[in-house]
Amino acid sequence: MARNGMPLGGDRILTSICNMMERGNGLGSGFAAYGIYPDFKDYWCFHIMYNETKGIETTENYLEQKFHIIHSEPIPTKRVRSLFYTPRLHRYFLKVQEKTLEKEIYSLTEEDFIIKTVMFINKNIKDSFVFSSGKNMGIFKGVGQPDEIGEFYKILDYKGYIWLSHNRFPTNTVAWWGGAHPFGILDWSVVHNGEISSYGINRRYLENSGYFCTLFTDTEVITYLFDLLYRKHKHDFQTIGDILAPPFWFQIERVEDENCRRILKSLRIVYASALVNGPFGVIVANSESMVGMTDRIKLRPLVAGEDDEFYYIASEEAAIRIIGGPTKNIFQVEAGKPVIFKVKWQR
Amino acid sequence: MAKIKRICEFLVERDEDKCIKCQACVRMCSNDVHKYDGEENTIRSESSKCAGCHFCEQLCPTAAITIKKNMYALRENYNWQKEYVYDILRQAETGGVILTGMGCDKKYKNYFDRIVLNASQVTNPSIDPLREPMELKTFIGKKPNSIRFTTQNEEKMLKTEIPPQLELEIPIMFSAMSFGSISLNAMKSLAIAAKKFGTCWNTGEGGLPEQLYPYSDKCIVQVASGRFGVDINYLEKAAAIEIKIGQGAKPGIGGHLPGEKVSAEISRTRIIPEGTDALSPAPHHDIYSIEDLKQLVFALKEVTLYKKIIGVKIAAVHNIAPIATGVIRAGADYVAIDGIRGGTGAAPKIIRDNVGIPVEIAIAAVDQRLREEGIRNQASIIAAGGFRKSSDVVKAIALGADAVYIGSAALISLGCHLCQKCYTGKCNWGIATQDPYLTKRLNPEIGAERAYNLLRAWSLEIKEMLGGMGINAIESLRSNREQLRGFDLNEVELKFLGIKHVGEAW
Amino acid sequence: MVKGKLLIREEYCMGCRLCEVHCITQHSGTKDIVKAYKGKEQKPLSGIYFEEDRHVSFAIQCRHCEEAPCIEACLTGAMYKDKITGAVLHNNEKCAGCWMCVMVCPLGVIKVDIQNRKIASKCDLCITSGFPVCVENCPNEAIVLVDAKGEKIGRK
Repeated sequence: MARNGMPLGGDRILTSICNMMERGNGLGSGFAAYGIYPDFKDYWCFHIMYNETKGIETTENYLEQKFHIIHSEPIPTKRVRSLFYTPRLHRYFLKVQEKTLEKEIYSLTEEDFIIKTVMFINKNIKDSFVFSSGKNMGIFKGVGQPDEIGEFYKILDYKGYIWLSHNRFPTNTVAWWGGAHPFGILDWSVVHNGEISSYGINRRYLENSGYFCTLFTDTEVITYLFDLLYRKHKHDFQTIGDILAPPFWFQIERVEDENCRRILKSLRIVYASALVNGPFGVIVANSESMVGMTDRIKLRPLVAGEDDEFYYIASEEAAIRIIGGPTKNIFQVEAGKPVIFKVKWQR
Repeated sequence: MAKIKRICEFLVERDEDKCIKCQACVRMCSNDVHKYDGEENTIRSESSKCAGCHFCEQLCPTAAITIKKNMYALRENYNWQKEYVYDILRQAETGGVILTGMGCDKKYKNYFDRIVLNASQVTNPSIDPLREPMELKTFIGKKPNSIRFTTQNEEKMLKTEIPPQLELEIPIMFSAMSFGSISLNAMKSLAIAAKKFGTCWNTGEGGLPEQLYPYSDKCIVQVASGRFGVDINYLEKAAAIEIKIGQGAKPGIGGHLPGEKVSAEISRTRIIPEGTDALSPAPHHDIYSIEDLKQLVFALKEVTLYKKIIGVKIAAVHNIAPIATGVIRAGADYVAIDGIRGGTGAAPKIIRDNVGIPVEIAIAAVDQRLREEGIRNQASIIAAGGFRKSSDVVKAIALGADAVYIGSAALISLGCHLCQKCYTGKCNWGIATQDPYLTKRLNPEIGAERAYNLLRAWSLEIKEMLGGMGINAIESLRSNREQLRGFDLNEVELKFLGIKHVGEAW
Repeated sequence: MVKGKLLIREEYCMGCRLCEVHCITQHSGTKDIVKAYKGKEQKPLSGIYFEEDRHVSFAIQCRHCEEAPCIEACLTGAMYKDKITGAVLHNNEKCAGCWMCVMVCPLGVIKVDIQNRKIASKCDLCITSGFPVCVENCPNEAIVLVDAKGEKIGRK
């Protein structure tokens, strides 16, 4: 992430992720970038993948009813020999129609409405999947090695101030284009290494708050939890860390400040269903921040670093160093404690 | 001749070579099974009186006694089981309702035995509970949807108030067993063990005996239809108050304490005359509909200044999901659901075995319904009714319970052998009786140690199972149906339980 | 050899009299319960005596008094105090069968062994076996061994 929000090309992130090729098995990789659509930065950008041409018409009809489609085009791709199957990929720049929000039965914010739309399309319209839905940001992902996917989406042509990338070794679900990471909703994007043992309860908790999980990847719950806790419950990242990966009871008892103790205890009592158990290392980004954290007993590696220009978070130190990262200021992320980087805008 | 005098379920076998005629068995049996013949210097045993409690067998210093099942033959008849034949013979004799004790013993499908648990491998490391922290702490009570903060003097402060909670070190509590149905020594054993372990026990509907006041801070008191022992002292001393609407062993009818078990002390604690049958009415006569229940819940809250948790115990029946929803919307902080396998001190056998539904399905249905309505956090769910081992507890929590009540299991740890004769008041183990000869036999020091050991053993087993699943906090297991798989179950059952079939991955 | 006091808790005595059975067994030649009762050898007397009145019951044995009247009354010096454990012990060889101790004992826990030269017989705190068998075998811990502070001593 560029500290001051100045855009950088996709070459560095590509080098970095390819350095860790060993960690994946070619069944999923992807990129997320922020600040890539400066000309359309006030519009919601939906990246949608279609199975062949099926679903295109239904989806576009649905969108036309609720939105003004300012601009729509296929996502520019390049044919890569080794990718046998590629879905149809489109992007739409949308503005919500004024009357749409008024017609809603429950008074929704615009963000809630976007989520509702995405959930509707993903759940009800067959052969169609929205995999990016933020403003001035985009996720590019699919089934393939990072270099293949990077080449396919022409990553090098984009300039963004935050870049996320992931290489997957899926174990629990069949590999599909929508299942690769990063996973995103609104302007959140999440990359995740791990397996969520508490998925069953996290999912049910979220479903009752209106987030529909596609059941094909457990990373979704982390994304939706961040949205729920940050945007709707208005907690800061520090508190979210204490909810998703709380300290142990014996650690809470040792905290000296009584007020702090009471807060930690109350968070655990109220948000018990949001505790994410099982190993995980995640990097989460939104338009102004990049956060990295691991589970409470650090079963997955995560390192972070900073220099004058950039912030870095990665699974391995090598991935930071290979792109010229700082040799001095690299540190291990502490178990259960989020590392939070915020953009300080130049202008 | 139509009169049948002898129904012999057990055979008492004595090894004459080993028997030293110490007469311990003769003195100890409350059913007068053994008799010493001084002339012949021998001990004779009248098997037809034997209840099958195995006390003499355990006590005999030379292990000379064996209690066997009497395999006397009625012609094999799958429809007319022996039990039904003999029940009719008994009813022809007495013209009365056949009573029984403990929980339903019939061969109904046990869903816990058809559910298996997951373990993590390769992709997700299992956690070793002997080396890593493993948290079983559970909070029972109403919880807000979210938390808001404010700042005071630049310090972050809690704005949302958390209502009172019951803090348990383990998601297992001792179930409601009244003073009257069990002896004071038995209650004391459980009270001591519960307080020492950090969990709660329940007075049942018989009031709180004075000797147990020191343990009342970890006690849940019951307000049942008979309102035995309910006064302000009772309510204020408790950690929580439970309105008993029904219990799993006898849904639809009230508690039953035969007059033989109403001693002077019982009479004082329950505030009823000595020697009379204590029959709790079937409904609370001031709760004829849900709004009446709401009135009672809030009356109790007002009287205890909103500082106590008020829960409601209901039996698992067909409409359990809407009933539980209604109870929660009436203001209860927790709802305890007692399934068909729940135990009792005395109940008509026909009701115990035929009324109610299994707790596994009830919990799954209630948890699902509450989540659909978005009110799951407004109350905790406690499951009860025939939990036999720690894996049952884990499965119940995964289906949606916050905690579990154990009754029969607790009594078995004190010596009970499930002879189902609790209603006679002649329990040789000193548990389900008020006879001072018999209650002496249960030393609360020993009883408390055994009940504590039970909790400890189960907590260790639960930690092992959690660790195996890759979970280190019990809140990640609650309602986590992904960790369960069913087998030998049809589609409908899987749907109601909300779990997948073995073989299905994510 | 265990140092401690025998504490009787009548509220837990069930009336099973197994303490008597085990005391007899322990002090028999064979130390086998069936042989002691049914064998040819003469069954010894029990050192612990059971008493009951309706539902109140307990079994009592020699209290091994600090200042034992039986030791003072003994003509031959057969009754003596063991210096290590503080137990009051009886030397069968020296006993003349005068029964002074039987009469003088305030609790009546010394009996006369009619079969064996009519000498005195009483509890010996299981000095030879180590841990008092009545304590070890009472099913309800109605008899326990306690130290000076009143804490229970278990079998090591």
